[in-house]
Parts: sequence; C-alpha cells; structure tokens
Amino acid sequence: MASRPYALLDEVATRPGRDTAVSAVVRWTFITLSMVFLAALLFAPLATVIAMALAKGLGAYFATFLDPDTRAAIRLTLITALVVVPINTVFGFAAGWSIAKFEFKGKSFLITLIDLPLAVSPVISGMIYVLLFGLQGWFGRYLQDHNISIIFALPGIILATMFVTFPYVARELIPLMQQLGNDEEEAAITLGAGGWLTFFRVTLPKVRWGLLYGIILCNARAMGEFGAVSVVSGHIRGLTNTMPLHIEILYNEYNFVGAFAVASLLMLLALATLVVKTLVERTGYRRR
Amino acid sequence: MKPLRQPSVLPGFGLTFGFTTLFLSGVVLLPLAALVLMTASMPWSEFLHVITTPRAIGSYRLSFGASLLAASINVVFGFIIAWTLVRYEFPGRKIIDALIDMPFALPTAVSGIALTTVFAANGWIGRYLEPLGIKVAYTWIGVTVALTLIGMPFVVRSVQPALLEVQRDLEDAAETLGAGRFYVFRRIILPTVLPALLTGFTLAFARAVGEYGSVIFISGNIPMRTEITPLLIVIRLEEFDYRGAAALGFVMLVISFGMLLTINLLQAWGRRRHVATGH
Repeated sequence: MASRPYALLDEVATRPGRDTAVSAVVRWTFITLSMVFLAALLFAPLATVIAMALAKGLGAYFATFLDPDTRAAIRLTLITALVVVPINTVFGFAAGWSIAKFEFKGKSFLITLIDLPLAVSPVISGMIYVLLFGLQGWFGRYLQDHNISIIFALPGIILATMFVTFPYVARELIPLMQQLGNDEEEAAITLGAGGWLTFFRVTLPKVRWGLLYGIILCNARAMGEFGAVSVVSGHIRGLTNTMPLHIEILYNEYNFVGAFAVASLLMLLALATLVVKTLVERTGYRRR
Repeated sequence: MKPLRQPSVLPGFGLTFGFTTLFLSGVVLLPLAALVLMTASMPWSEFLHVITTPRAIGSYRLSFGASLLAASINVVFGFIIAWTLVRYEFPGRKIIDALIDMPFALPTAVSGIALTTVFAANGWIGRYLEPLGIKVAYTWIGVTVALTLIGMPFVVRSVQPALLEVQRDLEDAAETLGAGRFYVFRRIILPTVLPALLTGFTLAFARAVGEYGSVIFISGNIPMRTEITPLLIVIRLEEFDYRGAAALGFVMLVISFGMLLTINLLQAWGRRRHVATGH
C-alpha cells in the first residue's frame, strides 16, 4: 500500500518534463520572434547609421568633422553637458542626503516632484522656458531692455537640458542611499567627524557605483536631448546648434553622410554608456 | 502630533533640504507654473477653441492612437523578449540584454533618421514592404514604429524582474498535478507579471505621447494626418502664438499627470499583491 505514492513520484521524476518537443517549439518561437522584432526595430537602424555614414568612404566621413559648423555643434554639446551634469550631480547629492538621511513630512511628494520632468514631453520642457524668457514671455520685455538673451542662446539651451536631465542622478542616489542606511554616518558623526568629512569619507565611497551610473546616464541624455533644446535654440548654425540639432539640419539638406557621421558619434556615446552600465552592474550594484 | 522632522544626529538637513527645494522650485516648478498660469489667463472660450480645432483633434488622434497601439505591441513583444532573456540560454544573450536599453540611451534624433532610412521606400526593410502595398515611412505606421522602439525598454525592464520572481517550483508542482502549459501560464505566470506588464504599458504609453525627436523624421508631418501634438506645439511657438502653444501643452500636461498617478497606483497595487502572496 505505502509503496504506491512513491512509485508515482519516481515516474514523475523521470519524466522528460521541460525537454519535450512542444517545449522546444515554444522556445525557438520565442527566441525567433524576439530576434526578428529587435533586428527590425533596433539592429537594422543601428547598422544603418554606420552604413550611411561610411557610404562615401572614410574620407567623406572624416571630412564632416572638419566642417566648422559641425565642430561648433560638438563644442556646444560638450559645453552644455559640462555645465549641466555637475549641477545635476550636486542636486542629486543634496536630494539624496535630505531624503535618505532624514524623516520628514511630505517626503514621498518631494520624490514625485523630482520625477516630474520624466513625465513631461520634451517639447513642453523647452516651451516653459520660452513662456518665461521668450520675446513675448513674462520676462521677455525686461530681458530685451537689458540686452540679456536666454532664449535662442546658450543659457536657454542649458536650462532646457537641465530640466530634462534633472532627475537622473537623484533617482540613482536616493534609493541607493536609503537602502544602505545611516549607521556608518551616525558612527562617524558620534566619533567627532564633521559633516563634510563624513560625506566625503563615508557616504561618497559607499555610493560610488550608483553615482557613476547616474552621471553617465545624465550625460548621455544631456548630450542627446533634441526636443527641448530644439524649442529654445533658434537653430542658428555655428552658434546655437547642438549635435542633435545639427543632425536634423544636415539630414534636411540631404547631406546624409554628414548627418549620419555626427549621428555615429552620438551612437558611440550611447554604446559607451551601455558598456559602463554593464560594468557597473557587474560590480554587484543593481538598479532598483 | 508627529513632528515635521524627526530628530537625527546627522547634520546638513537644512542645507541639503533647502538646496533641493530651492533648485526644484527654480528649475522645474516655476517654469511649469508659468505654463499653467499662461493657460489660466486665457478666456475659457478661447482655450476651448484652441484645443478643439480640427488640426488639434487630428493631432490628438494620431498621438494617442499611435501611442496606444505602440504600447500594446510592446506589451506582447516586451513579454516575449523578457521571457526569452530570463528563461532561455542562447549565444549572445548577455549582449542583447545590454542592448535592450539602447533606445533609452540613443538620442532620439539618431533613432529618428535611422528608422526613416530603414523604412523608406528604398530602405533595407521598406523595399520589401513597398511591393506589398505597405508604406511605413511618412505614414501613421511609421509613427507607430518609432513609438514602439522608444517604448520597448520600459516594458522589457518592467517585466524581467517580475518573471524572475515567478516561482519555478510552483510551475513544476502545477505541471506535476496535471496542469497544461497554457493553464500554468494563465494561472501562475500571468498573475505574477500582470502588475509589471501594466506598469510597463503605462510607462511606454506616457513616454510615447510626448515623444518628439524620433517621430518627426519618419512622420512626414502632414497636418491632420501625420502631425503629432508635440509638433503642433512647436509650430504654434514658431508662429509666436504662445497662448495657443501653452493651451495645447496644458492639455498634454494634464494627461501626463493622470498617467503618472496611474503608474504610482499600479506600482502600489503590485507591491500590495507582492505582500499579500507572501514572497
């Protein structure tokens, strides 16, 4: 009597189970569907960027980067990122420290507000600054009278980029700092270390991988932002054209080699971002 | 009464909280308030007129219709891709897993011109679709393709961790007890990943509605037919019609807030289910 259930279990245990023919069909269908989808939507466009950029040979490709307007666009993009990323990093630390280290009312509301720019269309992100500082905007008359240009100039580009990339570092740091807790910081303070010393010697080393990831992501978005910057820049060649805007101009002029050559630089940046992300995750840091 | 802030030995609350709120107000809240106030200063009839012109309605139809379609496609393929990456071993799996985030890291202008080139009548894929009578570039189909690409990582990245949490022994037990494959999928896998699928859908949809850069190259931008709402806002701004632009932006903003609220509710629902099932 007692042996029967065990016999049943043995039979189940030796059943081929997952390696049946149906299982194999499902498996290959899923893998094939995934690959076809990704090939059409992702891999083909990525390969096209390279193919189009090199369509007229390496000479034409490199000639693009000798063009002064292209160089000006690259310089403007670098300047914008150099200003925006450090500011947003400082903000990320301030937000992380106040939210993760202290308990106060309205905390989750504050976190929602920090995420706000992610939910807003890039066009609106640019437009709000036009409404404030544009010629017919709230401060437009005042700025014109005092000869200050924000819209169609560098400050507008920086502001719009700052808005769009505002949450990236903070979003990495806040959950990470919450997760790691305050014990070490409290110990350091109790033992007599000052606030800044504690921050630089205790907190900063603890969050370094999350910080690196946040900065890299923020930088990629800052250099690649199109919609918001397009609204505030005015598209003045050689002056207020960032790399993504320069791509649009070259493309609309049917200068495909030029457009895709500049695009290939931004694609390399995106690939580098993903490589850093993968390396950071390999250190054991997981994005929540 | 609970104090506004609980005491702590750590210093720097005033400095960091002050900087956070000040910076947030200056860069994000004030400019957004300008948009709301600009709209509020319009007479109600003018506001209604601006947001209901046939051109505006046509743009909502395309923006929301194509975003809805793209997010739905992403739910199906996002699940399939997430499943493939989580459950199967095959050569190149790790590289493909890393590349899923590409649409997120790639500037939208780059994906815009690249997709247009691939799907144009003489492009790598477009040349095979053209003889079948399917025009992708410069039609609503192209808009949907672009929005599908940019929404894809949101669904895959939402579903992947949920799939990892599906208890394999539960599936094994069900199969042992005689449950069919589809039954296991419907009763064990789907309930576990459903909140994640919905979150992914909402994130992809919210992102697609506001998307600009990757769409304007492939859409052709014909008023009433292939013109998305963000582009109409840009056109209004270029005509220096700030109020018209602000009104359209306000409509989109209200919808975005609704989406954000939905995402938060969905995530809270997912967490509650998570606690309720005890793992």
